[in-house]
Amino acid sequence: MSVNQYVPDNKESKYADSARAFRQNVAKDLADEQLRSNFHGAMNYLMDKRKASFPSSDELETLRQQCKLIKQRALVKLPLLLEQLENKLHENGIQVHWAETINDANEIIAQIIESKNGKNIVKGKSMVSEETALNDYLQARNMEILESDMGEYIVQLAKEHPSHIIMPAIHQNKKQVADLFAEHVKGFEYTTDVDTLIGEGRRILRDKFSRADVGITGVNFAVAETGTICLVENEGNGQMSSAVPDLHIAITGIEKVVEFLEDIPPLLSLLTRSATGQAITTYFNMITKPRKSDEKDGPEEVHLVLLDNGRSQAFADEELRQTLQCIRCGACMNHCPVYTRIGGHAYGTVYPGPIGKIISPHQLGIEATKDLPTASSLCGACGEVCPVKIPIPQILQRLRVESVKKPTGSPKELKGTGANRKTTEALTWQVWSFIHRHPNIYAVSMWFATRLRALVPNKLGAWTRVRSAPKPAAKTLHERIKLRTEEAS
Amino acid sequence: MSELNSQHLRKYPAKPKQVYLYGTCLADVLFPDSGIDAIEFLELHGVEVIYPQGQTCCGQPAYNSGYNEEAKSVALQQIAQFPLDIPIVIISGSCGGMMRHHYPSLLKDEPGVDAFCERIFEFTEFLVHVLKIKLTDKGEPEKIALHTSCAARREMGVHITGTQLIKQLDNVELVVHQQEKECCGFGGTFAVKHGDISAAMVADKSASLVAADVVKYVSADWGCMMNINGALEYQNQSLRGQHIATYLLNRTNDKAVSNKDNADER
Ligand code: SF4
Repeated sequence: MSVNQYVPDNKESKYADSARAFRQNVAKDLADEQLRSNFHGAMNYLMDKRKASFPSSDELETLRQQCKLIKQRALVKLPLLLEQLENKLHENGIQVHWAETINDANEIIAQIIESKNGKNIVKGKSMVSEETALNDYLQARNMEILESDMGEYIVQLAKEHPSHIIMPAIHQNKKQVADLFAEHVKGFEYTTDVDTLIGEGRRILRDKFSRADVGITGVNFAVAETGTICLVENEGNGQMSSAVPDLHIAITGIEKVVEFLEDIPPLLSLLTRSATGQAITTYFNMITKPRKSDEKDGPEEVHLVLLDNGRSQAFADEELRQTLQCIRCGACMNHCPVYTRIGGHAYGTVYPGPIGKIISPHQLGIEATKDLPTASSLCGACGEVCPVKIPIPQILQRLRVESVKKPTGSPKELKGTGANRKTTEALTWQVWSFIHRHPNIYAVSMWFATRLRALVPNKLGAWTRVRSAPKPAAKTLHERIKLRTEEAS
Repeated sequence: MSELNSQHLRKYPAKPKQVYLYGTCLADVLFPDSGIDAIEFLELHGVEVIYPQGQTCCGQPAYNSGYNEEAKSVALQQIAQFPLDIPIVIISGSCGGMMRHHYPSLLKDEPGVDAFCERIFEFTEFLVHVLKIKLTDKGEPEKIALHTSCAARREMGVHITGTQLIKQLDNVELVVHQQEKECCGFGGTFAVKHGDISAAMVADKSASLVAADVVKYVSADWGCMMNINGALEYQNQSLRGQHIATYLLNRTNDKAVSNKDNADER
């Protein structure tokens, strides 16, 4: 993916241009056999793991229904819960910041770090910080930031972006990772042994952790009732990033708030099983306060940055609001036949796959993402596995409507409404509709189609690049049935 | 693991004297044999079939492209063609999914839509649950595969009834192919708007079917079959898909076996 370098005064997300290049990205990545086989193998593995972790479909259905309702309840009360969360966090001694745009979020974080004279920053896995392109922003302010999740670290070494929200470096195989280490890590003895590679990565990261003065993490759930920040992870980097440095800054989207502490167990169970097929992850962190005076470790200061970046646009529409139920498990991408073939980078957006197609239009506008909603056969595999039952295909259909309708200029409209409207296509569907609601005209056109079958071209654009062209039958079904009825009488 | 689908939640009527047939626009122009075969099959099993000449298309192409108004007027025109309160049997799972599961939201405020949708039955679903059909296989032993469209599978549960019907055929071995659950890459206008992604998907689907080493595959969806058969033909493979109505008619009716074998294969 060619993502432009960050330009500080450019108000537009750097992902807008790479999303616009979707078609070129797809052409390139489809041609990359290695990439396709990396994704295919990894996705098959993750699908099998998920399946094995849900032996009972009844239990799965019950849990999905329960978690959908938990998230819907939280969304219905979103403004209220955010206020409650803020109050609770304050009570607990955690500072809260609101960011409307990605630049707001980055600036808030930069200022917090500068106010503490922070120099060495370690970051646990956080897709929201990818969304804001935080690394670019901080580096432009001369700060050093190191990704501490193994996958993120690999991606950072490769100067890339995560290709999957759970497995950021899933597009790389072990040989590619070994090559990266050989290029960037001093004293690395070349090997493609996975355990050695991971050990090597850990060694480098441990060293950085011990010297870090700022830790940045994401958030999986924020509990309004208790003011608790929950972090789900497998490597311990989240715990290290949030506990070792003196300053911990967590960043998340406003939709991560849930109402009660007791909402967490079912969500957690469904999240880990849907994502990696694990009953539980190795680490589950619940952060409630900064270090108390009598405690030996933990950060002195904890901040939470809550980002909007288009989420309130989705929130305002009852159907599109369901997008915000997402718990970022990645199951929709693992099961998506399009994602599996084009890989995560081709989307050009920070969130790839089915969830990326339905969340990105709110973040980047419909114009920049206009090729995304149509790049689906609406097969429904994503909606079938989504743990919180987001009707992704239905939302894709809705976004197609929004992208081709005539904009009215109403403030309620989505950003970029009508950006994919083409006069010829609109006209085609009007004519199509006219023919198909007038049976006589339909019959005549089908009569022509069948009688002129010899004239149907053997080349039909994209269709015949890999397929033979279909030929009309000699007589339509309508005609044959008419004949059949006449013969019978 | 048993999967819950819409068929489990549905109340089925008793065997009716008459049904409507919904032929679909694809079968109308490209694959009419399957419509005729479905009618013959239903008639052989004691059901009279009415085919309203005013039917055209379910509206799915426009709907999937985001042109809801255009889809709506066509959908309303279809409903008007089926006034009698009898089942509407449809020989495509995907169009069936559109009419049964998407009409209610597309035609939200129109009267009588829910009652219409309740009368929609996909062909194999109708045979299994309404006719409670018992098949007698009269064909030679052979191995086949089944392909169900994604809408057929996820919205209509057709993979279950399709499998049940084929399993009733004593001489037929149903081979489960590797990518059976995965989309073939058709998706209507998707195949044209994103031709290269669709091509990658149909390449894998056709390879999976070829690897299953079967004499043919059957399906109740011409959209997918047009896609997969087109790819197979382009690759010079001999394998083709056949509509399940044609297949069942051929296997259970001595007369039909010889002269109908190539129906709608192109
Ligand atoms: S949309 Fe559903 S399946 Fe996809 S990442 Fe979000 S929660 Fe998981």
